[in-house]
Amino acid sequence: MLIVSPRMAAVTQEKQYTPSLLSFFVYNPSFGPREGEEEKKILFYHPSEVEKNEKIRNVGLCEAIVQFTRTFCPTKPAKSLHTQKNRQFFFEAEDSYWIVMIVKNPMVEKPNKDGKPPTIEYQEEEVLDTVYGAVLRQCYSMYKLFNGTFGRAMEAGGVELLIPKLEKFFYRYLQTLHLQSCDLLDVFGGISFFPLDKMTYLKIQSFVNRVEENLRLVKYTAFLYNDQLIWSGLEQDDMRILYKYLTTSLFPRHSEPELAGRDSALRPEVSGNLLHYGRFLTGPANLKDPDAKFRFPRIFVHTEDGSEELHLIVYKAMSAAVCFMISASVELTREFCERLDALVGPQLTLLASDICEQFTLNRRISGPDKEPQFKFIYFNHMNLAEKSTIHMRKTASVSLTSVHPDLMKILGDINCDFARVDEDEEVIVKAMTDYWVVGKKSDQRELYVILNQKNANLIEVNEEVKRLCATQFNNIFFLD
Amino acid sequence: MSEEHYLELCESPVQFEHASSVNNVFFDEANKQVFAVRSGGATGVVVKGPDDKNSIAFRMDDKGEVKCIKFSIGNKILAVQRTSKSVDFINFIPDYPHTEFSQECKMKNASVLGFCWTNWNEIVFITDQGIELYQVFPDKRSVKLIKSQSLSVNWYQYCPETAVLLLSTSGQGNVLQPFVFRNGTLSKMTKFEIELPVVPKPAKLSLSERDIAMATIYGQLYVMYLKHHSRTANSPSAEVVLYHLPREGLCKKSHVLKLNTTGKFALNIVDNLVVVHHQSTQTSLIYDIHLREPDCALNTHQPVLPARSIHPYRIPLTGPVVVPSQPPVPCQLYSSSWSVFQPDIIISASEGYLWYLQVKLPPTVNLQQDKGKLMDFLLRRRDCKMVILSVCSQILEGGERGSLPVVATVFDKLNQVYKEYLEAEQMYTLAMESGPSRNSAAQKRPVRTQAVIDQSDMYTHVLSSFTERKGVCHKFIIAVLMEYIRSLNQSQITVQHYLYELVIKTLVQHNRFYMLHQFLQYHVLSDSKPLACLLLSLESTYPPAHQLSLDMLKRLSTANDEIVEVLLSKQQVLGALRFIRSVDIDVLRQGWATFMIKRATFFIITIGGPHDCTLQLNVVMTTCRPGSSWTRRSRPVTRCCSTPSSGPSSRGTSGSEETPPSTLENTVRNTWSTSSSCLESNP
Repeated sequence: MLIVSPRMAAVTQEKQYTPSLLSFFVYNPSFGPREGEEEKKILFYHPSEVEKNEKIRNVGLCEAIVQFTRTFCPTKPAKSLHTQKNRQFFFEAEDSYWIVMIVKNPMVEKPNKDGKPPTIEYQEEEVLDTVYGAVLRQCYSMYKLFNGTFGRAMEAGGVELLIPKLEKFFYRYLQTLHLQSCDLLDVFGGISFFPLDKMTYLKIQSFVNRVEENLRLVKYTAFLYNDQLIWSGLEQDDMRILYKYLTTSLFPRHSEPELAGRDSALRPEVSGNLLHYGRFLTGPANLKDPDAKFRFPRIFVHTEDGSEELHLIVYKAMSAAVCFMISASVELTREFCERLDALVGPQLTLLASDICEQFTLNRRISGPDKEPQFKFIYFNHMNLAEKSTIHMRKTASVSLTSVHPDLMKILGDINCDFARVDEDEEVIVKAMTDYWVVGKKSDQRELYVILNQKNANLIEVNEEVKRLCATQFNNIFFLD
Repeated sequence: MSEEHYLELCESPVQFEHASSVNNVFFDEANKQVFAVRSGGATGVVVKGPDDKNSIAFRMDDKGEVKCIKFSIGNKILAVQRTSKSVDFINFIPDYPHTEFSQECKMKNASVLGFCWTNWNEIVFITDQGIELYQVFPDKRSVKLIKSQSLSVNWYQYCPETAVLLLSTSGQGNVLQPFVFRNGTLSKMTKFEIELPVVPKPAKLSLSERDIAMATIYGQLYVMYLKHHSRTANSPSAEVVLYHLPREGLCKKSHVLKLNTTGKFALNIVDNLVVVHHQSTQTSLIYDIHLREPDCALNTHQPVLPARSIHPYRIPLTGPVVVPSQPPVPCQLYSSSWSVFQPDIIISASEGYLWYLQVKLPPTVNLQQDKGKLMDFLLRRRDCKMVILSVCSQILEGGERGSLPVVATVFDKLNQVYKEYLEAEQMYTLAMESGPSRNSAAQKRPVRTQAVIDQSDMYTHVLSSFTERKGVCHKFIIAVLMEYIRSLNQSQITVQHYLYELVIKTLVQHNRFYMLHQFLQYHVLSDSKPLACLLLSLESTYPPAHQLSLDMLKRLSTANDEIVEVLLSKQQVLGALRFIRSVDIDVLRQGWATFMIKRATFFIITIGGPHDCTLQLNVVMTTCRPGSSWTRRSRPVTRCCSTPSSGPSSRGTSGSEETPPSTLENTVRNTWSTSSSCLESNP
């Protein structure tokens, strides 16, 4: 478990260990207020094989720390606890429901001569509170997306319902957490929007409206292309987490068969329909299959008065994916799915090729060679728009960055700095390895640029960043 | 079904003394005048028309039965045919001798079939052996032959609008020879042959004058042939065959109108529609030759609407003695005494009425369920605007609400016409600018027909009331508005900002701020100052609107003053200053920058402002004064720091002093020198 990806340092036989998950638990102090009943507080504990008393001890410790720090600032209890080996993150997800995540600090193992045990150096400063705090909040949001709030489960079936729900969800979800590759993007939790011309965008609008009119059951629709969002009928916060699920879990799982090509055995049977390329990513893999089950994942979204439960139908044709959300109170039948397939399939296929054509056309006009290859991350708090040229395509297992983790750490640091003040700021950092890192904040927008220019001075770097802003962000109000 | 009659006779017909044994009635198609000739003119001739107001009454000597009587154009000379050999003329020009003079046809043994005036003093005689074009000199009371053509003629038809004379020649009469008159000349056009349904074995005249009519439809001259059903040929029902007669080139068979029935028919042209009256069923059909029918073979047309009769007509009893108690008498429609003339005239000689046939558009709306076809039809009609707008309202509201694809089709059709008009207008403007002298004659200002439904029409008559209607799902409202915007964009028409405002208003009303945000993000709602201001006003309910508004102002690039104002109103003095610096301040604009900086200063001084605001002012003053250095406190902060690649980050603020950030200082210093006194005076 410990060795995730040992990195060989240049000097000696040093072994590098990245941050990893030590434990993760959910508790509610009000469920076991009396002595001897402490176990009742614990709703979920990972790893589950930990001995009961240790679980109780750990939970108790967290509870105590939070209680203790509350005396200093009742409104803002402690969010994290730094120790030499670990870092603990506390999050009160709902009223007295706490989620705690304990992350092992990264460390370097230096072998000693003469057969002595190796020296271990903990790099406790390498872990950023903002990043892992955001990861923890995301865990809860994801749970809530598929299960609703803790309180809701309690109302429906008490602890007997909540505990299995938590176990079922987190058992799988924690395996997909890749703490070593968490970075600034997790802090933002942004949405990547697909750049599109007005006309094609309006066509998509028209398509969405027509489908919603035709299939009255559809309550909300979201439209994505190339894993980037184009339209969301959901509110921003719900879309944010749904987007996260789609792009980091659902789409990567389904991308392989597509890449495999037409004749490959991996490719799911094209259901005899040569008119379109539409298929369901959730629900039935093949409509023609007589045993096909018409069950779709259910999600919970906010409404003006609480939340509502919805079926999530994800339908894809080529690179265009559409999410249709339908009230969970409705039973979805084969007839409905067939109607949807017949209606949406051909239109979406056409639309997808339209978008593709428009996209390549635009790219040719703007010229891929013309824009300089800047490495940057951009985020707008107002619409959650995020753009990164640092990150490669995300896969299910890991998000790859093209820069050294140390630089990512600097970005995280600058971000923390920005979060502290409201005003616009600009920070330019010269890293040891010839890199310049520039952070800019203007109103609600943040931009981080990494430049690799040997012997560049501050003025040159500043000019370079200006150039980037002029080419990439000339249509927004972004102060220099 | 409320009102179904889509054809009607005009309200105020031309009234004349009905035909009787002593009163002969003639109609002149060229001047649209009705002549009532009593006892050969001895007891009076009354000429009426076309609008019943200016009637002419006169007497002439009874020199035998009048066969044909017509005024020249402008009522200058009256021509009367009494014999088959000659035509008599009477001057109607004041001060000219009024005595009649006469002209015999030149050809020997020919008999005059009739005559037509082609100008105020030019007349053509049509005889059974050819045509003769004369010029009449009223002052000299003489007539001069200009040109003649000899060919055997069965009968003739004349279209005054285009000055085309059509002659039936050959034994069967189906070879038609058109002539055109222009400026006193006569030119022969290419002759053509009408396909007869059956060729009679002993050749005899089989194409009747009654089955041929000429009319202009959509600006083109057509010869319409009423092809009767024949038992021998395999044609189950009658049809109207249209031959297109171009000014130059060959006459070609171009359209076939399927009548789907047999019997007696009559043809009219109203508003470019071919109206076919069917006597036995007392109904009429209308055809639009520009309406494409995908399910039919090329240029074969079915009626646009189901057959309906002309709207019942009551003859108001307005004799010399008006008896109010007497109800108006219903008029017998499709009577056998009716005569039909082109393009839209129906005359009942026995009752003494001349009507113009009219198309009523409102009833057509309910007769055509296919709204796309209905729009195609309506867009080509003359008084269509209000009907089209009512159809738009109808498909958006109420029980007959159309689906979005239908709405989209209708919008697309409207905007196609709108776009064509805008393009023509633009071409015209360009041509006028480039050089009005060169081809100003060719370039005519495009006429704005009623079919041009622009954005303000849609807004006032359809969309604004639709969005305010209670009980309509907001999803549908937004979908419709977006569909209209999409359609406009598709036609490359600039969308007016009030439409965007309508979208925004609707979205705000239903708390759909995120939708609004996305629309703005993709620039679906195009940038404009009014829109940016509207967004600013939304900030209190939706904070991101502020950013959206600023972005929009920035993109406009003509709203720099507004941006500074917005920033100042947020007390972001430094932001404002930085912005002033960032926009290119060339020499010309330096005055502006100075002004804006003064403005910023003034702003702080006058409002007194909260504490941090005055602090900011101090910052501004220090940063902008020559020689001052930047401190950590003064934002924007440009810090330069070096970090070791490992270990805790220990960032210093070294280097900031020796590296003045960019050009800010210089720029601001330059502009500052003029306004420094203002600043200095402030303690």
